[in-house]
Amino acid sequence: MDWAIVWFLLLGFGVFMYVVLDGFDLGLGILYPWYQPDERLLMMNSIKHIWDGNETWLVLGGVLLFAAFPPAYSLVLSHLYLPVMIMLWALIFRGVAFEYRFKATTSKHWWDFAFFAGSSIATFCQGLMLGVLLQGLTLEEGQLTISSWSWLTPFSVFTGFALMVGYALLGSLWLVWKTSGAIQQHSRKLAIMLLVIIAVLLCVVSGWSTLLDARIMDRWFSFPNMLWLAPLPLLTGYALWRTWCGLKQPSEREWLPFAWVIAVFGLSFIGLVVSVFPFLIPWQLTIWEAIAPAKSLNFILPGVLVLVPVILAYTLFGYKVFSGKLDTLDGGY
Amino acid sequence: MMEMDGALLSRIQFAWTVSFHILFPTITIGLASYLAIMEGLWLKTRNPVYRAQLLFWIKPFAVTFGMGVVSGIVLSYEFGTNFSEFSQATSTVLGPLLTYEVLTAFFLEAGFLGIMLFGWNRVSERMHFAATVIVAIGTIISAFWILAANSWMQTPAGAVLDKQGVFQVVSWMEVIFNPSFPYRLVHMLLASFLTVSFLIAGVSAWHIRKDRQNPVAQKGLSVALWAALVLAPLQAWVGDLHGLNVLEHQPIKVAAMEGIWETEQGAGLRLFAVPDQEQETNHFEVKIPYLASLILTHDAQGTLQGLKSVPADERPPVAVVFYSFRIMVGIGMLMLLAAVVGAWLRWRGNLYSANWFHKGLQWMIPAGLVATLAGWYVVEVGRQPWLVHGFLRTNDMVSAHPEQRVLFTLILFVIVYSLLFAVYLYFMRKLLKRLPSIDATVDEKESIKSQSAEYLTTSSTTTGIPS
Repeated sequence: MDWAIVWFLLLGFGVFMYVVLDGFDLGLGILYPWYQPDERLLMMNSIKHIWDGNETWLVLGGVLLFAAFPPAYSLVLSHLYLPVMIMLWALIFRGVAFEYRFKATTSKHWWDFAFFAGSSIATFCQGLMLGVLLQGLTLEEGQLTISSWSWLTPFSVFTGFALMVGYALLGSLWLVWKTSGAIQQHSRKLAIMLLVIIAVLLCVVSGWSTLLDARIMDRWFSFPNMLWLAPLPLLTGYALWRTWCGLKQPSEREWLPFAWVIAVFGLSFIGLVVSVFPFLIPWQLTIWEAIAPAKSLNFILPGVLVLVPVILAYTLFGYKVFSGKLDTLDGGY
Repeated sequence: MMEMDGALLSRIQFAWTVSFHILFPTITIGLASYLAIMEGLWLKTRNPVYRAQLLFWIKPFAVTFGMGVVSGIVLSYEFGTNFSEFSQATSTVLGPLLTYEVLTAFFLEAGFLGIMLFGWNRVSERMHFAATVIVAIGTIISAFWILAANSWMQTPAGAVLDKQGVFQVVSWMEVIFNPSFPYRLVHMLLASFLTVSFLIAGVSAWHIRKDRQNPVAQKGLSVALWAALVLAPLQAWVGDLHGLNVLEHQPIKVAAMEGIWETEQGAGLRLFAVPDQEQETNHFEVKIPYLASLILTHDAQGTLQGLKSVPADERPPVAVVFYSFRIMVGIGMLMLLAAVVGAWLRWRGNLYSANWFHKGLQWMIPAGLVATLAGWYVVEVGRQPWLVHGFLRTNDMVSAHPEQRVLFTLILFVIVYSLLFAVYLYFMRKLLKRLPSIDATVDEKESIKSQSAEYLTTSSTTTGIPS
């Protein structure tokens, strides 16, 4: 068994869970300006009980990277110092907005702004980091001397905005699922628009990334790779189309478009991994170079294998407790 | 004097962010257990006073918990951003411990917090109680792992440093149950429970001063003072055991705590002194002869190792450790005194009418937080110059950032956290000021609806976001 691959998959699972779960939370914040004030209260209400659990996947991603691929953890975080810090500050403001928005009397609009700005900036930073990782870190003489602004490139800024659109789409589809009436109609319109934009952005990012490095181009367009990998873009296209259908002809299963967009995220994520595998940090560090010693990993493997399903079970239970439409304003604590 | 370099700035930044963070878990660990006990008592006795306690304290709990979550995430990334060498060297040990903290505690707390705070009308009473208990257990499990990790840095065991400068684990049992861990865990949990006891006692005293006959406030004061009467002496005893353990494994830290420069027989207890790192001596010493030796070695003539027994570059900054220790112990003594006075007043039947005592308790609302912070400064500053005691020096473990960059983030952390703390205090004051009512109900649907109606009429003109 190749343990580096196992841990890479587990890490990937954690990151993907974060992207989807906190993705729709952050998306609601990004979409704030496009909703009426009373609708905003409903939006915040719809996730007030789950955002904390969703954000925990980010902590899991961080500690799994720390535990399983330590060199990657210190290299990435030191190198992306400023974007990481800015993301953390943004997440702080986004998080406390939940606490104080409901208790505020005169400062509500400040917390609304904190929620919107915090969500938007945190997402932008995440997208930017994704772009930098795909591009590869610029290391001076292979050392950990940390050059300051190399993370700020046209490509990384572009992926930053692209992720904002992606999360906004997730957020709008969450509302399509969880609300009814005018706000649902409005969300559906927004979702259709965002879906078109994201389809374009996905094409641009995919094309642009193949131009970043000959190795990515080679991975996708050499024979026979092309045959094996062709299903990925095709399936992504299919999932996008199904989302479109679900929005244009609403059925009773209003969660369907949300589910299909999660599939789009999943396929894009796989595509990203395919582009640079087996590098954890492109062209610098492979998963085999970065993997932690067995004595450490064997200690947490049983824990991960037993506890992650348990966590998923009670997370699901939590969602079931709060299932149903959110047209009534639910009680607070 | 150390120069203002990137390493020092990274250390200051970590100290600032971790000091800020620890305030919130210190409250939530104790408060979660208090809420679980109150909910249990309510279900068992159906005495509405317990329910009122639960409903009153759940709001400050939620706000404090939220602050703990957002400030905690920062820490899990700061090892990598500012201490990359450290994270490379210790990830083999600390990575798994932190992973278990996330898997066994963070998810558990987050998963059931939603039900605890918002699930009143959606789950049965028993399920709600279960959620509260699970959140309380989660906070304690979290303390277990993070204190195992911290204690390992104080008294490393079960791992060897290899040629590449990376720790390789030999025994996980020895890593987790390293020599100082049991003492530190119990000491911290008791600190948290004591902090919350005095928080509740102080706030209840405040309410009683405004409404003498309030049964909820009286119950709060009563329960909190009973708890303090048990916990304060217990903490003194555990603290003493913990001190003896430190003496065994980190004698230089104890020397700094006691301000002992020369290795001495029959060392006196310095009540006050001004330690001078440069001249390797104390000024203005006031001491009780033989007492330090007596406390630490249980022998008036016992020998205590002095700071000068190790080279100057292996000594911690003495003054910080010395004063922090005195602040912690002083507050501990004050708590013990307050608990005893409370018991005496109760015996005399004056507990709810002694205005001077209530005023005093109000002043002690933040006492536990100050003592806990001071205690952590003893632990962490006392470990310097080591990051992992005896193995890794803090200054060698820092990421190679240019100083301006760290200075920039440090300044922003100071601004952001100061702002947040002011907001936190403002809202806590607002929440704690309300008099608890025996007929408090869970269902706040109406208030939220009216809030939204009011919001509709006011926000369209004031909101900063274009609509």
